[in-house]
Amino acid sequence: MGENLRGGAQLQNDTLRKSLRTLKVKLVLLGSSGVGKSSLALRFSKDEFRRTSPTVGCAYLTRVVHLRNVTLRLEIWDTAGQEKYHSVTPLYYRGAQAALLVYDISKRETFIRAQVWLKELEKQYIPGSTVIWLVGNKGDLATHRQVSVEEGQSLANDRGLFFTEASALSGDQINELLLAIAHRVYECIGVQQEGLSEWKETPLVDLRNRDKSSRLASCC
Amino acid sequence: MDGVAQRGAASWENGTLAPVDRLRTERADSPTPGLVEGTEPGAGQKSAMFIHAQSFEDLTAAAEQEVGREAELDQPGECGEDLKVLVGEQAIEEQHNSDIASESRPKEEDVSSETWRSHRKHVFVLSEAGKPIYSRYGTEEALSSTMGVMMALVSFVEAEKNIIRSIHADGCKVVFLAKSPLVLVGVYRTCQSDKELLRELQYIYYQIVSLLTLTQLNHIFKHKQNYDLRRLLAGSEYLTDNLLHRLDRDPGLLLSAVTCLPLASSARDVVSSSLQAAKSKSLVFSILLAGDCLVTLVRKKDQFLHHIDLHLVFNLVGSSSSFREGEGWTPICLPKFNTAGFFHAHISYLEPASKLCLILVSTDREDFFNMSDCKQRFLERLNKRSAYQALKEAVKCPSYSVEQVGIPELRHFLYKSKSSGLYTSPEFPAVYQSDEEQERLMGLYQDLHSHLHHPTRPLRSFYRCSETENLLAWVTSGFELYLCFSPLGTKALAVSAVNKLLKWIRKEEDRLFILSPLTY
Repeated sequence: MGENLRGGAQLQNDTLRKSLRTLKVKLVLLGSSGVGKSSLALRFSKDEFRRTSPTVGCAYLTRVVHLRNVTLRLEIWDTAGQEKYHSVTPLYYRGAQAALLVYDISKRETFIRAQVWLKELEKQYIPGSTVIWLVGNKGDLATHRQVSVEEGQSLANDRGLFFTEASALSGDQINELLLAIAHRVYECIGVQQEGLSEWKETPLVDLRNRDKSSRLASCC
Repeated sequence: MDGVAQRGAASWENGTLAPVDRLRTERADSPTPGLVEGTEPGAGQKSAMFIHAQSFEDLTAAAEQEVGREAELDQPGECGEDLKVLVGEQAIEEQHNSDIASESRPKEEDVSSETWRSHRKHVFVLSEAGKPIYSRYGTEEALSSTMGVMMALVSFVEAEKNIIRSIHADGCKVVFLAKSPLVLVGVYRTCQSDKELLRELQYIYYQIVSLLTLTQLNHIFKHKQNYDLRRLLAGSEYLTDNLLHRLDRDPGLLLSAVTCLPLASSARDVVSSSLQAAKSKSLVFSILLAGDCLVTLVRKKDQFLHHIDLHLVFNLVGSSSSFREGEGWTPICLPKFNTAGFFHAHISYLEPASKLCLILVSTDREDFFNMSDCKQRFLERLNKRSAYQALKEAVKCPSYSVEQVGIPELRHFLYKSKSSGLYTSPEFPAVYQSDEEQERLMGLYQDLHSHLHHPTRPLRSFYRCSETENLLAWVTSGFELYLCFSPLGTKALAVSAVNKLLKWIRKEEDRLFILSPLTY
C-alpha cells in the first residue's frame, strides 16, 4: 500500500518522503473516566500498553503517519474523563480535525456518556471540519459485554459517525483504526483547501543532528 | 476545646514576604550568635525562595481571611460559568455517579469491624450539610451516619456561638477543622498534639482546594447545599490518600520545608540559568524535580511559591504516572498563592525513564505550546552542557549517608534552614530500613516537633533517652535541628555533635541547598 505506521525512524531512512508535505492533524480523545483513552493514546503514539493512573488534566502525544502521498503528524490530546476537568475540555476539541468518542463495551453507562459528549461536540460542530469516530474499547472484555456491536454501529449510522471496536490492551484493530482515521481526515478535510495546516519543524530542530530529530518525531 | 494562637495570620494570607517582627525579638536571645535567621547554614544568599517564616504557625492559625489576588489569574466569573455547565449536566451524571464511587478504590472495609476502628489515623471530610466527601478508610456511603453525627457536634457547639476544636477520650483524639464550606475531622490514636493534627487536616483541605479552587467550592455549595462533592473529586481520591501517606513519612511536610537534590553548585547553577533562559510571558514558576527532591526553582520576580503549594505539586507529580506518557497540561490551584483561580501547569519528564520532572506553571490556559516550547529550549540548552551529565549522575544517588558527617553515634538527622525554607537529611541507616521503623522514627520526630512548637509552652531544646535511641531537638531563630543517636550515646556527646554537624553542613551547604535562587 505504500503506507507505514512506524513513525519517525523511517522518515529518516526514506529520503523520498522528505519531499512530501507534512500536515498537522489535531485529534482529541473524549469519553468517561476509565474507558481507556490514555491506553489508546499510548497505543497510537508508541504501540505500547501499560496500566496508567487517571489522567490529570490532559496529556499531549504525537504520532507520525505516512499515507501514500502525504505525511500526517497527529497531535493527540488525551483528555481526562473526570468531571472536574470538563470545564477545560472545550480547549481540546475546539478546532480538532478528529474526535474519538471512546466507551467501554463492558460498561453501558460509558456508552450513554459518549452520546452526551457527542451532543456537546455537535454544538461546536462545523460540518465537514471534524471526523467523529465512535470507538468501543476493551474489545478483549467481550465476555462481559454490555454494549453490542450492532448498538454501536447503529448509533454511528444514525449520527453519521465512523465506528470501530478495538482493544488497547491486546492492540487489536489499533493500527487499522489509526490508519482509517488518517485516511478519513485526509479525504474529508485535507482536500479542502486550508483544511489542514502544514507542519514545519522549527529552525531549532533543523539544526539538530539526524538522530535527534527522529527522537522528536517518535516520542514527543 | 482549647484556643489556638492567632498571631501572624493576616499578614500571611496576603501571601507577601512580610518582615517578621517576632523574629527580631528572638534574635536578641539567640543561643548561638551568628546563627540567626539568614546566616545559618543553608540560608540563601539573595532573597528567600519561598514564603517560609512562621509558616507552621500560619498553618495552624485559626483566623482565616482569604484575600484572593485576582491579578493574572482566571477570573472567578469564568469559573462560575464553567460551573453552570457542570451543574446542568447533573441529570445524566446521576446515573453513572454511583459507578465512579464503586470502582475508584479498593477500600471496601467493614466500618463496624475492629480493623477499621484500629487504624491509627482516620480522616473524614464532609460538607456543611453533613454529606460525606472523603474518608481515608471505608466507603463514604457506609459512613454517612457517622459523618452526620460529626456535623451535629459541630453545629451544636456553633449554635452556642462557639467552635469545637477537639475531643480527647480514651487514647483517642478527635480534631475538628471547619473551613467553610468544608468540615474536616481527624480521629487519631497518636500522641501528636492537636496543633500537629490540625496541620495535617489543613493539608487535606488545601489538597481539595488545589483541585477545585475555593471560588468553585463556595459557588457550588451556595447554589446547592447538599451537593455531592465526590462527583467532582472522583478519580482524585488517590491524591488525598497519598498526601496522608506522605504526612506520615515525609519530613518536609513536618518541617514546612523542601529538600534539595545534593548537587555541585556549579552544575546546579547551569541548570538554573538554563531554566531561567527558557522563559515566557505567562510563566510564573519553573520547577525541576528529581523524585521528591527539588533540583531548582525559578520564579517570576516578586512571586513566591509557598512550601505547601510546592508539596501539593510534589504530591501530584509523585502520585500519577500519567505524565510519563506524554506532556501533561492541567489546571492547578496553588491555594497558598491564590485560592480563587487556576494556574495551568505543563508537566513532563525530561526523558522517558528519567526521574527528572519539569513543571512549568503558567497563568494562561491556552499556552500549552508556548510551555512545550520552553521545555524544548531548556532541554536543548541543557543537552549542550556537561552539567546535564552531572545532574543525571546526582539523580542516581539522591541522598547521602550519615557516615559522611563523621559522628559515630549519630544515626540520622533533620536540619532545616528557616530563612530558605529548605531542609537536608541523610538516608535512613540500616537500623531504620523497614517501613515500620522509618514511620516510628518519623513519629518520634513529630513528637519532638510538637514540643518545640507547642502553642503555649514552646521548648527551645529537648533531649530524650529511650531504649532504642536518644533524640535531641534544637530550635534557634535560624534553624531547626532534630538528631537521632544510638541509645548508647550521652547527652554531652549529643550536644557536642551539634556543633560538629553544623560545621559539616556549613561545609556542604552549596551542595545540599539552593543558595542562589533565580528569577526570570
